[in-house]
Amino acid sequence: MTVTAAGRTTGAGSFARLAVANIGVAVAAFGVASAMAIMQALSRANLDLPFRSAGLYYMSVTAHGTLMALVFTTFFIMGFGYVVAGHSLGAALAMRRTAWLSFWIAAAGTVATVAVILAGKATVLYTFYPPLKAHPLFYIGLTLVVVGSWGWALVMLRALSVWRRANAGRMIPLSMYGYAATIIVWLLATIGVAAEMLLQLIPWSLGWSPTIDPVLARMLFWWFGHPLVYFWLLPAYVVWYGLLPAAAGGKLFSEPLGRLVFAMFVLLSTPVGFHHQFMDPGVSSSWKLFHTFNTLLILYPSFVTAFTIIASLEIAGRMRGGQGMFGWIRRLPWGDPLVSSVILSMVLFAIGGWGGAINASFGMNAVIHNTSWVPGHFHTTVGSASALTFMGTCYLVVPNLLGRRLELAPMARVQPWLWFLGMLLFSIPTHLTGLMGLPRRVFDPSYGDHPTAVSWRWLTDVSAVGGIVLFASALFFVLVMLFTLFGPRVPPAPLEFSQPLEDPGPKGAYLDRLGLLTAAAVLLVAAAYGYPIWQHLQLARFGSPGFSPF
Amino acid sequence: MNIDLYERIWMWAAAAIIALFVAVIGLSTVAYGLHPPSHVETIEPSKVFTDPRFTPLGQPITLPDGTLEVRIVALMFAFAPNEVRVPAGRPIRFRMTSVDVTHGFMIAGTNANTMLMPGYISQFTTVFPRAGDYLLVCHEFCGNGHHVMSGRIIVEDTK
Repeated sequence: MTVTAAGRTTGAGSFARLAVANIGVAVAAFGVASAMAIMQALSRANLDLPFRSAGLYYMSVTAHGTLMALVFTTFFIMGFGYVVAGHSLGAALAMRRTAWLSFWIAAAGTVATVAVILAGKATVLYTFYPPLKAHPLFYIGLTLVVVGSWGWALVMLRALSVWRRANAGRMIPLSMYGYAATIIVWLLATIGVAAEMLLQLIPWSLGWSPTIDPVLARMLFWWFGHPLVYFWLLPAYVVWYGLLPAAAGGKLFSEPLGRLVFAMFVLLSTPVGFHHQFMDPGVSSSWKLFHTFNTLLILYPSFVTAFTIIASLEIAGRMRGGQGMFGWIRRLPWGDPLVSSVILSMVLFAIGGWGGAINASFGMNAVIHNTSWVPGHFHTTVGSASALTFMGTCYLVVPNLLGRRLELAPMARVQPWLWFLGMLLFSIPTHLTGLMGLPRRVFDPSYGDHPTAVSWRWLTDVSAVGGIVLFASALFFVLVMLFTLFGPRVPPAPLEFSQPLEDPGPKGAYLDRLGLLTAAAVLLVAAAYGYPIWQHLQLARFGSPGFSPF
Repeated sequence: MNIDLYERIWMWAAAAIIALFVAVIGLSTVAYGLHPPSHVETIEPSKVFTDPRFTPLGQPITLPDGTLEVRIVALMFAFAPNEVRVPAGRPIRFRMTSVDVTHGFMIAGTNANTMLMPGYISQFTTVFPRAGDYLLVCHEFCGNGHHVMSGRIIVEDTK
């Protein structure tokens, strides 16, 4: 089926409105979360602004984390997923009603959660570790977001299975394969948080069970919390493999390896969560070690990605007439905001990736655990590799979906560079203050002017400057989206997916056996979590009542 | 699979780097006993202050092997006690817990770092090679007073 995005009857067209609705919620959440972020950056620099208070600060950290990490990402990923399914499969959307119902469930959950956070009744941060206790609607709302995402996953998997039945013998298009991997990771991951919500947090917050086990809650949270990272990253990789080479005017260097990369993430994303709990009591040393090794292995697919994507960019630069060892870099279409966003996000991700290897090594983790190193780290990963790639993708996809021109194009071209600069200014000092021992998530880092606290003061000031630049960048992005929404109608350019440099033929076809891959992943998760949780339940445990000190 | 030569070199190099990481961590675990920190012991959070495992607080106790044991309790928004004096160059065993929400314990600029969770006892042993006035901070969000929850570890020269 030929696909033009304008066509209402073609495959992509039937997904377009759903995609717009989901991406719209994502952009709105991003805008609100950015406003929270600038306030936090200034507060940590100890500027005495009007309305500055600890209660407001911690509330805004909760809102920022929840809106960015759980709402912006999830809704963008769902919306872009519909785009990928529509274009790469070229089939009309089945289960349209389920898709809309899922959207409204997730949107209603978001509204409930954000409302109780802003009302000051859920200052428990986006990690919501008990026995800090929020209003029950906070947990119920977030659960609805997850339920909505399950509906989306069902619609996506169904579209894939319909396509596979109609296209027996053909390999799944790489972009859709990446999305299938994303969905399998997400379904495996959300088992953990669903168990935490339904068996622990919701009954406890409603008063049905008087106490809660905080270590068990953290185990279940990080069962979800680390694969969540790959749920953010894999759709970005879909853009890097599937859209970037075409947008840069080149070809994808090695398609079968891309498939291998996504398959490895399916296997290794989940059995790694204990590296967030290296410093926890109540979790045995040997299981922490097992998760350490899995975590180190998961560096591998990203190493492979670095080569494939840079090689694809080099092909693009040379096809555009670039000469010499580095001459091709200058010839890349830097004026295309998708291309510049992705390349800059990759540079920032290189910092974040090495930091991740440090976090995974428990000896070094003891120096940085829960310090500001950690937000420094994840702003160069999810805040760059994912968020900046997603923004760049919006510049390509949103005008296409709306059938409108990208407005304020010069701002769209500057925005990725501002993000890059702001992120360097923000995250490098944030990493450094972490090494010096500044905790993350503190309203006021002055600690009675202890000499150690005085020594990191200038660095938190530099971070605040970075925060201001990032805020400007975020504002540019939101303005471009808003103006594009009401921009002049134009016939949309077709969305181009990358072509491989060589026809892969049947190479990598064995990786398309998603059922087998999922079964292997389930076994690994069962090994990594089944026994430790069973062992934990044998302990003589004392529950904890809830506290709401906010 | 027919993979480009340079890419094959890169993939082997990446595999070698990861193998090196795994080997370093694996060997240091087996050969030097550098395990991930862990301690599995439970306690009833509402009875911590009367539990003999947590008296006296803060006053170093000499264990049979010469290690000094320091017991600290975390609560919203303070450490009890918030100032501890220990000698340099001697193994110090910290035993700690929380009586309310989850707190953190970090001596800034060192690797003395643990979560403090109600119902569980955290324990680790460390040595301070240098004397000094170390800043102790809570590093896990515990409520609106989180940023004031701090203390000092005064490490004294024994000479």
